[in-house]
Amino acid sequence: MVSHAIEVRNLYKIFGPRGGDYVDAVKNGLGKAELNQKYGHVLGLRDINISMPAGGIMVVMGLSGSGKSTLIRHINRLIDPTAGEVLYDGVDVCRMNEKDLREFRRHKTAMVFQKFALLPHRTVLENTVYGLEIQGVSSGEREKRAKEWIARVGLAGFENHYPNQLSGGMQQRVGLARALTNDADILLMDEAYSALDPLIRVDMQTVLLELQKELKKTVVFITHDLDEALRLGDKIAILRDGMVVQQGTGQEIVLNPADDYITAFVKEVNRGRVVNVETIMAPLSGNPEGMPIAKGTVLESAARAMTSANQTLAHVVDEAGKPLGALTLSAVIAAMVTQATDEAQAA
Amino acid sequence: MAGLCESVPGFLCKFPAFSDASVRAARKVIDDGFKSLVRSYINAIDALVQPLQWFLNDLERLFVNSPWPFVLIVMLGVVYFGSRNIKITIGTAVSMFAIGLMGLWNDTMVTLAMVTVCTLIAVLIGIPIGILMARSDRVQAFVNPILDVMQTMPSFVYLIPVVMIFGIGKVPGLIAVVIYAIPPMIRLTNLGIRLVDKEVLEAADAFGSSGWQKLRNVQMPLALPTIMAGINQTIMMSLAMVVVASMVGVGGLGKNVLQAINNQFFTVGFLNGFALVAIAIIFDRTSQAYGRRLQKHSEVIHG
Repeated sequence: MVSHAIEVRNLYKIFGPRGGDYVDAVKNGLGKAELNQKYGHVLGLRDINISMPAGGIMVVMGLSGSGKSTLIRHINRLIDPTAGEVLYDGVDVCRMNEKDLREFRRHKTAMVFQKFALLPHRTVLENTVYGLEIQGVSSGEREKRAKEWIARVGLAGFENHYPNQLSGGMQQRVGLARALTNDADILLMDEAYSALDPLIRVDMQTVLLELQKELKKTVVFITHDLDEALRLGDKIAILRDGMVVQQGTGQEIVLNPADDYITAFVKEVNRGRVVNVETIMAPLSGNPEGMPIAKGTVLESAARAMTSANQTLAHVVDEAGKPLGALTLSAVIAAMVTQATDEAQAA
Repeated sequence: MAGLCESVPGFLCKFPAFSDASVRAARKVIDDGFKSLVRSYINAIDALVQPLQWFLNDLERLFVNSPWPFVLIVMLGVVYFGSRNIKITIGTAVSMFAIGLMGLWNDTMVTLAMVTVCTLIAVLIGIPIGILMARSDRVQAFVNPILDVMQTMPSFVYLIPVVMIFGIGKVPGLIAVVIYAIPPMIRLTNLGIRLVDKEVLEAADAFGSSGWQKLRNVQMPLALPTIMAGINQTIMMSLAMVVVASMVGVGGLGKNVLQAINNQFFTVGFLNGFALVAIAIIFDRTSQAYGRRLQKHSEVIHG
């Protein structure tokens, strides 16, 4: 199974009975507040252009009301767009007829919901087989596949429990198992972990990252938590008032925030866990000195490795072991606390 | 006040009604029209309700003619396996024995057959209408006022056209009872489906459910507690209405009550009344316990 990229192009969503009438006005600069006051329509999304990497985790981040949940619902068209297209494998989801859309939802997408949205009258197993059941897969086959996934998310032995008998974290594991059992290319996760306790949330993030290493699905993950976004996202898009403010890798966003809004967001971020060593390494002068550190290592891990080895010098190497650049412990630590010095200078 | 009336024009004092003659003429036209309409379609109507008549007669015969211990055992079995509650089962046995000792067994069986058929028909008609109402606001806007009329119109009033169309007998009684008892079935089915969690429905959509799959897998099961409440209400209302329906020829306990009213038989009236109450309580407790049992999965264990 090869996952494809999802291309969102010029997507607009205006909520209200005559949303389509105002698209041109919005394209010409009509604001959200004005649209609401003058015409009683709500601007949900405005000119969204995102290309979501194939087989990677795309995180869409934003605070409540930013339109992130609206955006993810356009990918399986639980919400119809006012204008624009959502392309998957060259097909515009927004132009599918009812039958094709149903087939697309059954075979290409699976979704995990913030409030779990499990069927309360069905057991864990019966919930997990739901996607396959409506596809018409035979009951023996679907239960076999469901049981595998229930075990993979750590719920073996709970097959015959009802959702109400499980804790929130366990219920969301059922939600994840239900989505994975569908064996779809696209995994949509709408604030899937927002309702969970912080510890369980980190736990579930680890589950997702480990599964993703092997599954390589195109994951779209919605969150309001920047730490979660940075931990999971191969690519991150930040939404505000229905518009994309910035998109890029976590590192790009943390190092070069596009505006004050994002600067305020990334201020509290632990840069040591986001920035990679190759970003701050100096060009090699002469022979590589000190210990080798793999490319892609975050600063915090590099500092830990260097201090525990009692070294102040190191060099960055690529997968093949070829030296790329030089590091000093003081440079690593300086980069981890740069934010504070920036602020000191600004003050 | 009389003084005030003399000083204002007459039409402000006495409401200007249509003249008696014109009202009488209109009434005659409507009544005659209705009667001739009924007369010309009488055969078709009879043929249409004939299956109901057979069903009702057969069930009544089955209940009345079977040996009483057999009926009692079947009844206790249904109550026990419905409620899984030994108290309700014992209560049922005691009430049925009391009814039998008072010599009301056969009348009770006739009433039981009637209520069973009425409830079945109300459920069979009511649930589909309720589903249609839940799916379309337009259908809801159309059906709701009709239900309002059915519920508030005094039952004696719609007995008139029912008797005119179907004559005197069990079937018109049955139709009157169903008209009276079906509104809660329809309303609560509609309500139950509309109250289904939007998130769960969205999940069903996201996995590509068709409309029928959504109805069968999500909406009906989640609406079931409300629908069970509707069935319970329908049974209670049928039991209340069989007394009124005895006026158009339905037998059983209702007929005894009617005779007791006419002849001021205090004891007979109360005995039959209590027999109806006993059946009502048996039905109510059993159907409620059954409904609760269906909801076992919603018991929260974790906080």
